[in-house]
Amino acid sequence: MNYFGKDLATLHDDLLNKKITVVDLVQQTFDNIDKTDPKIGAFLALNKEAALKKAAEIDAAGVDADNVLSGIPLAIKDNIVTKGLTTTAASKMLENFKPIYDATVVEKLAALGTVNVGKTNMDEFAMGGSTENSAFKITKNAWDQDRVPGGSSGGSAAAVASGQVIAALGSDTGGSIRQPAAFNGIVGMKPTYGRISRWGLIAFASSLDEIGPMTRTVKDNATLLSALAGHDGHDLTSSTQEVPDFAAELNDTTSVKGMKIGLPTEFLGEGVDEGVKAAILAAADKYRELGATVEEVSLPHNKYGVAAYYIIASSEASSNLQRFDGIRYGYRADDVTNLEDVYVKSRSEGFGDEVKRRIMLGTFSLSAGFYDAYFKKAAQVRTLIIDDFKAVLKDHDFIMGPVTPTTAFKIGDEISDPMTMYMNDILTIPVNLAGLPGLSLPAGQVAGLPVGMQLIGRPFDESTLYKAGYVFEQATDYHNQTPSLGGQA
Amino acid sequence: MNFETTIGLEVHVELKTNSKIFSPSPVEFGDDPNANTNVIDWGYPGVLPTTNKGVVESGIKAALALHAKVEQQTHFDRKNYFYPDNPKAYQISQSDKPLAHDGWIEVDVDGTKKKIGIAEMHIEEDAGKNTHERDYSYVDLNRQGTPLIEIVSKPEIASPDEAYAYLEALRQRIQFTGISDVKMEEGSMRVDVNISVRPVGQTEFGTKTELKNLNSFNYVRKGLAFEEQRQQRVLMSGGEIQQETRRYDEASGQTILMRVKEGSDDYRYFPEPDLPALQISDDWINDINASMPEMPGKRRDRYVNELGITDYDAMVLTQTKEMSDFFDETVALGADPKMAANYLQGDVNAFLNDKQVDLQDTDLTPANLAGMINLINDGTISTKMAKKVFKAITEGQEPKAFVEEKGLVQLSDPAQLQPIIDGVLADNQQSVEDFNNGKDRAVGFLVGQIMKQTHGKANPKVVNQLLMASLKK
Amino acid sequence: MASRIDQDQVKHVAGLAKLELKDNQVDYFTKQLDDIIGLFETLDEVKTDNIEPTSSVSDQLNVMREDVADNWGQRGALLANAPESENGYIKVPAIIDESEDE
Repeated sequence: MNYFGKDLATLHDDLLNKKITVVDLVQQTFDNIDKTDPKIGAFLALNKEAALKKAAEIDAAGVDADNVLSGIPLAIKDNIVTKGLTTTAASKMLENFKPIYDATVVEKLAALGTVNVGKTNMDEFAMGGSTENSAFKITKNAWDQDRVPGGSSGGSAAAVASGQVIAALGSDTGGSIRQPAAFNGIVGMKPTYGRISRWGLIAFASSLDEIGPMTRTVKDNATLLSALAGHDGHDLTSSTQEVPDFAAELNDTTSVKGMKIGLPTEFLGEGVDEGVKAAILAAADKYRELGATVEEVSLPHNKYGVAAYYIIASSEASSNLQRFDGIRYGYRADDVTNLEDVYVKSRSEGFGDEVKRRIMLGTFSLSAGFYDAYFKKAAQVRTLIIDDFKAVLKDHDFIMGPVTPTTAFKIGDEISDPMTMYMNDILTIPVNLAGLPGLSLPAGQVAGLPVGMQLIGRPFDESTLYKAGYVFEQATDYHNQTPSLGGQA
Repeated sequence: MNFETTIGLEVHVELKTNSKIFSPSPVEFGDDPNANTNVIDWGYPGVLPTTNKGVVESGIKAALALHAKVEQQTHFDRKNYFYPDNPKAYQISQSDKPLAHDGWIEVDVDGTKKKIGIAEMHIEEDAGKNTHERDYSYVDLNRQGTPLIEIVSKPEIASPDEAYAYLEALRQRIQFTGISDVKMEEGSMRVDVNISVRPVGQTEFGTKTELKNLNSFNYVRKGLAFEEQRQQRVLMSGGEIQQETRRYDEASGQTILMRVKEGSDDYRYFPEPDLPALQISDDWINDINASMPEMPGKRRDRYVNELGITDYDAMVLTQTKEMSDFFDETVALGADPKMAANYLQGDVNAFLNDKQVDLQDTDLTPANLAGMINLINDGTISTKMAKKVFKAITEGQEPKAFVEEKGLVQLSDPAQLQPIIDGVLADNQQSVEDFNNGKDRAVGFLVGQIMKQTHGKANPKVVNQLLMASLKK
Repeated sequence: MASRIDQDQVKHVAGLAKLELKDNQVDYFTKQLDDIIGLFETLDEVKTDNIEPTSSVSDQLNVMREDVADNWGQRGALLANAPESENGYIKVPAIIDESEDE
């Protein structure tokens, strides 16, 4: 079976009413993955034995009537640490690494009775926007297998979009949840920085990384965020803000009435595909129709986001990835006879080119004589980008715009041109720099490929984004469209 | 040519907290390799550090003890470098906003007092330990993450003797805060030294050299003295000082070139994004200040002014917090302060030196020392008997019980002593006559006889009184 | 346009990061990094005098852990993941460096 046309609530009812057991659900999920994944390539590892064992335990104990996640199979991006199950971050560096602890999000989901079906493909260490930087395999877009699924959470997005799972976890440092969600026509939330504990998320850029849910519907996404969020003693940057029951707030299809929405001029500027632009303008009209005001606003420093981001993210990454040195765990090169060789050979053989590029950029930006001109300057520009958002969000409930300038591009088209690849992130990056919540949801199609709309909110106001997303979803039919592939059973 | 010397000292002090600075692993030494480590200490993928509040508090205590200004807005930075004992390949330290800055301590060199400035002090994590063998090195990460305070002096130390005095004063003040054992021999205090000389009148500092392998304050002083002379000789002969690291050789007392420094290391510091910034409020500082142990200077004043102890004795008693606390408790238990001071400096110190132990590691207690002193004062035992009692209390015995068990109680009751004295006088009529003829010497003989009869237990003071009274009858 | 980073600098940076570039890699990495650093330099257009840098967007301030020791008992599992270990130590090929462990 696939998960097209299903949501958590209907699945939960089916499980409660014994229409299907958890074991059958999990088994059928694996059967479908076995059938479809040769075409999609979403998974790096499947957790069959442990998943079926856990499913049997839930069946034995009975599905929890008060917990909509009880017995639900989910997929997890491979940069989130899962005890006893390979966690490679799609890098040769961690190919044979055996995780010995669970990420906080994994612990939380396990406690709620979800079943981890496996680990999804991604760009190595989450660096990239096409999942082509995986050391292990190429993942295909669910809608067109000649195209990329986006990245870095491309495996999670493709798995959800192709109906392999109902939901998956991704991570987003500069757009890595929202962009693949957009390319695959699903819903992806990058929550406010600190909303979800990063304990167990293999760090790319610590001040930007955030875990988030990827789902078919807004409500399912909201349900998962409530399950994942909250302060964690293991992550002191995680927020102590109260976590609302986001999904429970979604029952009013008129709640955008009277809201003021900002549509930044810069989000529809040069480089943004006409079809994408048209879809977003149509969405703006839809919001007007629903009683909201949409007005043009300006984020003047937005265009510097990409430069600031690649300095900051690469600098942090250069430091975060130094621990992969061939000494305590992970890949060690063969035939090394001295320490310098252990370091240099292990790292040179263990990392792919994109990772090396970012490490070198970051090392350069932090190095003696360049720190002020690059790292510090970028951190100052970051402040200005934050201030831009603050000014607009002061008198606007949220900001809307496209997620990406274009729809999914072809596999192989951009991988050799890092600059073009980096510029694709221009609309998602500023949200990470400012630590704001960003929701990506389907807003139409161009030439058979999904277009994503991005809603950006105030810090810790995911509620407004979910409400506005839910209203839009209910008023449109985009979320019901499914790709022709999907192992229709 | 006349020269002036500039010495800079960077002192690392290891804090004795329960847990590590960024991980809850215990801070314990001497356990099996890697026994006190977890995924954080190993720099595992996905782990995050957590700041130990106790370390920040200890840092604030050190700042207060060194008259430094606590930075109200502070944060951690990453110092990046690869080494096997540095698992993340970065050390979490503080660079641009250290915990405290601009402190000072007063030192006394040959009676001249001088304030030496402290530029800054910050908290950071220690590295693990490498053991090197021929083809392999072995890494133990038990020490990884042990909290450290680094204290950086201003370039105001002008001689090896001042450096020695600075280290003594620093060690003493830190030791009194109770945050560290500050023992060089155990590695809980480590000293990095740099020194330069310049002709008097020259405004810019000379090129400095760094000295390594200075494992005691004395070696610091000797190494600096050698290096000061060496640099002066080089300059006088028209040579140039190279920026280099030199090793102190204990056997020859010389410094030996290890390596010439080429440029500076590139540690690529940047703010640690995994740890929230710290905002240190005045309230917090005040609370910590209120709980600070009394510093040595205050204690010395109190001993001299309130307890009538000499300046010298007060100084000796405040060498360590343990000794000073022991003294305070002994006095609080009713012991005569001067006697307590004498015993601590005399018998107790001799005992510690003989056994090569620290006061806190012995079975001596203030209660037992006070008990012994009180037994002397109330005449129960003589100072001579006290020698035996002292040995007993070093073994943890209760003095009164020991005295009773061994029958060491002094005979002071006149009703018991008078018949013995009468007997001795009757048996030694010649001595009585001698006394009456003005030979004072006879008294000594008679006392000796009395002591012999009482097996040394008679209270000499009482015997003297009774004997004189009897003789003069 | 004048190059912003040359091959020697790229090699130096790779050295700092403990990466080894083959000769043919030096070429294209230098070209790519130079392009990207060109992008970085667009930030020069932005006036940032008196602008505080942002290094974190966490809403948390002053969060600390109480000083309580807790041994997680992971020694065995940690050592099992090490490429080489002996008698409880992590084993690494010899360190060729005269600056000894401090």
